[in-house]
Amino acid sequence: MSQMSKIVRTISNIIFPFIMVFGLYVIAHGHLTPGGGFQGGAVAASGCVMLVVAYGSTWIFEKIKVSRLSAFESLGALGFIGVAFFGLIFGGYFFNNFLVKTGILFNIVPETGFTGSEFNTAGVLPLMNFAVGVKVIAGVFAIVVVMAYASSIKEWKQ
Amino acid sequence: MSARNIVAVVMLSVLAVFFILTALMLSFGAPIKYQMDDYIIMHTQNETGTNSAVTTIVFDYRGFDTLGEATILFAAVSGVLMIFRRVKK
Amino acid sequence: MIYNLPFIIVVAMIFIGLFAVIFKRNLVKIVIGITIIESGVNLFLITLGYREGGVVPIFTSAPADVAENAPGSMVLPVPQALTLTSIVIGVAVLALMLSLIMHIYRHYGTLDVRKIRRLKE
Repeated sequence: MSQMSKIVRTISNIIFPFIMVFGLYVIAHGHLTPGGGFQGGAVAASGCVMLVVAYGSTWIFEKIKVSRLSAFESLGALGFIGVAFFGLIFGGYFFNNFLVKTGILFNIVPETGFTGSEFNTAGVLPLMNFAVGVKVIAGVFAIVVVMAYASSIKEWKQ
Repeated sequence: MSARNIVAVVMLSVLAVFFILTALMLSFGAPIKYQMDDYIIMHTQNETGTNSAVTTIVFDYRGFDTLGEATILFAAVSGVLMIFRRVKK
Repeated sequence: MIYNLPFIIVVAMIFIGLFAVIFKRNLVKIVIGITIIESGVNLFLITLGYREGGVVPIFTSAPADVAENAPGSMVLPVPQALTLTSIVIGVAVLALMLSLIMHIYRHYGTLDVRKIRRLKE
């Protein structure tokens, strides 16, 4: 695909940080409001796909190497499994929530009933949310870049 | 109409009768088994310290299913990248 | 709600998808029919867990009159968590189907289902 006109490129440059901030907000507040890793990752990935549409797939394929995106995705998957294995070391069973009542980072328990919202609660869950969010963003972006490039060239090497 | 079309229409109408009978027999506002969900709603804030029941089900009570879903995402992305491996320049 | 209306809509969506898979000749239209069937099944999973007059099962700043009978006025949360997994599986299957369609078009030159079966290489 070729580049779109200058007005489209300028407007997508202006809107792109707002979409990414909203996607990262939905990922980070997964334990307080509806949302979480998969939903926020889909929102942020659609912001990245808007850049692919505005700048053309040949230009984007030269700037971004697909092997680096694949490494990002593996990092997200390893983070998810690593947090689950730390639960096995510190507790006794797989996927143990070892930061809730005795840990350092996210260890306040909210009072029962309908309270306000504190960010410092809910144990292991924000770390897992970030790992899954990175995985979804890198995966969807890599799929769209590769398929858009492959549909725009004339013949393939056989 | 060819023979394949007639057979397909007959089979779809038989299937439609079964599906509509099942849809009219289900109860909409009153689920039958709710004891596990009541236990989860009562004990979410004490045991896990979360304010949201849906996210703690996805990552804490049923974290193994989320592990399987992450594996499926990984397999799909690597499958797409492997199909287009010969496409260069 | 009117008597059992979401379940009848689920049956209608599954039958629209089945009609597109059986009776259409273009490969892209068949893939769209498969996606419509998956959307109908996801809707069925969510409507299984509805309670009459219930609110969202989240404790952050909920209205005050829900607090008297807490688990009796909240919607069941487990089907919503399992529908998330089902949506992600649908996305993965759709990505693989579309990349295989691109390969078929490069090899055969056409997207008609009746012509693809007859060309022998």
